[in-house]
Amino acid sequence: MSAPVTAAVSAQPALEISGLWKSFGQLRVLQGVDLTVAEHEVVCLIGSSGCGKSTLLRCVNLLEPIDAGRIVVAGEEITARAVDVNRIRRRIGIVFQSFNLFPHMSVLRNVTLAPQKAAGKSKSQAEVEATELLERFGLADKRNEFPDRLSGGQQQRVAIVRALAMAPDLLLFDEITSALDPELVAEVLNVIRELARGGMTMVIATHEMGFARDIANRVCFLDGGVILEQGAPSDIFSHPREARTQQFLERIIEAGRL
Amino acid sequence: MSGSLGGPHGPLDLGGPTHLRPGGPPLARRRVDRAVIQSTSIALVSSVIVFGLLGLVVVNAPGWPEVRNYFLNPQWFNYSLPKIVDAFGVNVRLFLIAEVLILVLAMVIAVMRSLPGPVFFPLRLLATIYADIFRAIPGLLIIVLLGFGIPGLGIAGVPTDPFLYAIIALTLVYSAYVSEVYRAGIESIHPSQEAAARSLGLNRFQALRYVILPQAVRRVIPPLLNDFIGLQKDTVLVSYVGVVEAFRESSIIQAAHFNATPYVALALVFLVVTIPMARFTDWLVTRDRRRFLASAR
Repeated sequence: MSAPVTAAVSAQPALEISGLWKSFGQLRVLQGVDLTVAEHEVVCLIGSSGCGKSTLLRCVNLLEPIDAGRIVVAGEEITARAVDVNRIRRRIGIVFQSFNLFPHMSVLRNVTLAPQKAAGKSKSQAEVEATELLERFGLADKRNEFPDRLSGGQQQRVAIVRALAMAPDLLLFDEITSALDPELVAEVLNVIRELARGGMTMVIATHEMGFARDIANRVCFLDGGVILEQGAPSDIFSHPREARTQQFLERIIEAGRL
Repeated sequence: MSGSLGGPHGPLDLGGPTHLRPGGPPLARRRVDRAVIQSTSIALVSSVIVFGLLGLVVVNAPGWPEVRNYFLNPQWFNYSLPKIVDAFGVNVRLFLIAEVLILVLAMVIAVMRSLPGPVFFPLRLLATIYADIFRAIPGLLIIVLLGFGIPGLGIAGVPTDPFLYAIIALTLVYSAYVSEVYRAGIESIHPSQEAAARSLGLNRFQALRYVILPQAVRRVIPPLLNDFIGLQKDTVLVSYVGVVEAFRESSIIQAAHFNATPYVALALVFLVVTIPMARFTDWLVTRDRRRFLASAR
């Protein structure tokens, strides 16, 4: 599962973040993050709560304005002044911890809304594509249900399908299993595994260390607003170099999460 | 009392091995039924006593015969009711037209007030000033100022129909309130909903149109209906600028025959129209609360 880290050197990177700073008032969350993600690469972000994983992902999706730095997606600087944020966001999908499905819409409508309204597809085309995706992830029989009739795992899978329906070049996952009952985690992680097999470029913020070790091409440990250490999962989890990384992983092992 | 609900030797203890009786639930339901019947009959008896006593006090008051003749005269009731119902059609037209206009104008104001960022400051300011002014001034004053003031200018081409100014005045006043109701609804939608919509590439307007507003409006339907109950009653205020509606009709009859029964007749008409709406609103509120509790589980 551990594809070579050097893949980032070939071709144009899918995502290139350099010198990213972000504060909320007095609180400095990101203090110069550099991260390059190659096409088809799966990068897992780990680190304690509040270390900036979510903020980093929200910055990449332009949901948070950044204070300094550059974010380049497939060669285009998305943090430049005059970019059309709506066009950029169509290429970058994000899945949230709390699903954030639209509760007043059926599953199908949740998935087809953006392809129709943002990508300008016809209703019938959007529905055909959405149905295909729902079938692929075992949700075909739920297409007419409303989100509150679904389990957490099903809701999160719908949220993933909703993001996929825009055919993004890059998918961001923001601790998408943290709000789920333990027995529902696997079905969601399997969806990500399936996407990884399909070559989707993904950045995944997660607390599921076993999953990170299993799926990631590269693991980045965020601490103090920077990426303190990164490398292949086997290196990070077995031979962490930094003292902070070691502490973090020890706490995780204590908690029985690795 | 507890004996009748089935003590050890009470009527519910039918003897025989308990495990052979048809399940527990029917028995429990019978017990609940009894409790309901009991509390209902207590409520009934105490209501009869309280209202009976009140009635006795009123009927035995020294001025009762005069009051009865002045307010509750069957002859004047029968005479005035058809005329008042007729004139009430004007009130109905007033509030139906105003309600549609209010729903639109209030939405515009609410959206203006919800626009973020410094660019939209002038719009926000304008909307805020509007809501402040029209909530601060009594509705009756707005009706009188507009209804007499604008036609009074005598500008050629400016209509003088008081009905028109009545609608404008009611719309202006109630839109200020209703915009606040909408705004509360918009603000009650968690920001994560907008984030989700925007993250998919929908622009700000689309996120508002397809994601925020549908949820917000659904949430504020009960308070919205409450405001409309208020509006229906406030249509009588436009009689001040010369619109002959139900209240003006009642006053005309009252003045001509020196009998106030028409007012009571009008009150009845309002009861008939407004109480179902109030009940409906309460029902909606209860249903929504139950739904909320169900989804929170």
